[in-house]
Amino acid sequence: MKHVICTLLCLVMVLTLAACGQKSAEAPAATNDPAAPAATDAPAPTETPAAPAKLSGTVSTDGSTSMEKVIGALGEAFMEANPGVTFTYNPTGSGTGIQAASEGRCDIGLSSRALKEEEKASGLTETVLAYDGIAVIVNPENGVKDLTLAQIADIYTGKITNWSEVGGSDAEIVLVGREAGSGTRSGFEEIVGVKDACLYRQELSSTGDVIATVAQNPNAIGYASLASVKDTVKAVKVGGVVPSEATVKDGTYAIQRPFVLVTKEGVALSEAAQAFFDYVTSPDAAAVITAAGVVPA
Amino acid sequence: MKHNLTETLVHGVFLLLGLVTVGCVLLITVYLVVSGIPAIREIGLMDFLFGPTWASTAAEPKFGILPFILTSIYGTAGAIALGLPIGFLTAVYLAKMAPKAVKELIGQAVSMLAGIPSVVYGLVGMMVLVPGIRKLFHVPDGASLLAAIVVLAIMILPSIIKMSVTALEAVPREYEDASLALGATPEETWFRVSVPAAKSGIAAAVVLGVGRAIGEAMAVMMVAGNVANMPGLFRSVKFLTTAVASEMSYSSGLQRQALFSIALVLFLFIMLINAALNFFLKGEKRS
Repeated sequence: MKHVICTLLCLVMVLTLAACGQKSAEAPAATNDPAAPAATDAPAPTETPAAPAKLSGTVSTDGSTSMEKVIGALGEAFMEANPGVTFTYNPTGSGTGIQAASEGRCDIGLSSRALKEEEKASGLTETVLAYDGIAVIVNPENGVKDLTLAQIADIYTGKITNWSEVGGSDAEIVLVGREAGSGTRSGFEEIVGVKDACLYRQELSSTGDVIATVAQNPNAIGYASLASVKDTVKAVKVGGVVPSEATVKDGTYAIQRPFVLVTKEGVALSEAAQAFFDYVTSPDAAAVITAAGVVPA
Repeated sequence: MKHNLTETLVHGVFLLLGLVTVGCVLLITVYLVVSGIPAIREIGLMDFLFGPTWASTAAEPKFGILPFILTSIYGTAGAIALGLPIGFLTAVYLAKMAPKAVKELIGQAVSMLAGIPSVVYGLVGMMVLVPGIRKLFHVPDGASLLAAIVVLAIMILPSIIKMSVTALEAVPREYEDASLALGATPEETWFRVSVPAAKSGIAAAVVLGVGRAIGEAMAVMMVAGNVANMPGLFRSVKFLTTAVASEMSYSSGLQRQALFSIALVLFLFIMLINAALNFFLKGEKRS
């Protein structure tokens, strides 16, 4: 009996708190990103005898959540080379990042889509950092080799439910995807035009799980970052184009998007920001970019 | 005097160490409540608990966790329905029937089962059980509530077996002797005398199993498919635990806060289960 009362009291306490909790408890966006705390909290060391050129200051970036992995890795590598610099990244989304860059609220805006004409006209410059190619993968036993973008969209929205409708064997298609919030998922859904409309059979929380699942189910279809596709699965051609680093780079492979650095025309970057910009666009950064699963521009 | 001082000092150190645990529990409770409340306030308690749709990253996000709550309840109930008969009968066999050598062997196996990390259960489930279900039942995909139930049932076996064996062995020998002397067969004695005498211990074993099953995330995440559907045996489902675990890494804003709220709901479930466990254990002491 005592415990029942105890539990009830706890519930009452929780509900009371619910009534008087404050909205201000909302966490600032920057701390939501696993890479950012290290970046924002790192105190800038005042003395850096090891560094040849004493670069100091902050580099602030703001924008696309899909670029979190690549920009986080680049930021870390840059800070390692320049201990005096503090690098920050605010994962707000491409639209907000572009706006922040145009209003001068950050050094470099991050966008996972190309700038629109009117955005360019308003004095913004885009520099492509990398291309994110997403491969559509099926089981190696699957006879289907080539799908059009429209067919992929129909498959993921449930208009096509059987492999025989796209030239395969008579079997139900099993849709495998990533969890809500995944950059690969939002990238895929945006490019294919099936945002929030996918009827997934499985939502897995890592690229590896998607590949393993597609590898063991002959009727599964999934998507994964191009760099991580292995031999255990087969990447289908999209509209006749084989997904590869080359086809992503020359723009013929359809399921891809650019990762863009947005800067303001005619406004000089701070010394630290310029150094960061030069570093990420230099060939030195290519290895870091590739390791983050995207194709360097 | 000096002796007293040392004693007090040691006493204080032990008290401090004891308080570390209490402090952790308090810290976790306060943290969960504080970080779980804002989203519930924003979404509304009823919409949150009884909303049938979870679409956390849609253009118009929906945060209804009814599918998760139902899945967790169904999954746990299924695991108990499957694991309890096996575990209970194994326990009766081990406590009353088995020869010493066999008992030793099975006991060792059960201990090993308890020590296997949950990710290994998940991996084996993903590679063997999920394709197995797909082929056996001729469904397009095997990742389902059924797969999760089977994995959970195996995972809760050790706790059910061990607690039940302990409870059955604690039944006073005189009860059984008396029953046998009155002409009951050994089987009648075990099921009519020993088991009823050990029932609060067995109930505690079940509650412990429920606690383990409802709190498991990793193994379930690898076999259940993780789509926020209403539960169905062959449907892909998402548990309370996996809802938090799978979305946490890339979440932001209200979505992240809602995940904390789910954790809070899960925490309250576990507290209820603990209270029930204490209740049964107290009952055993009294009887």
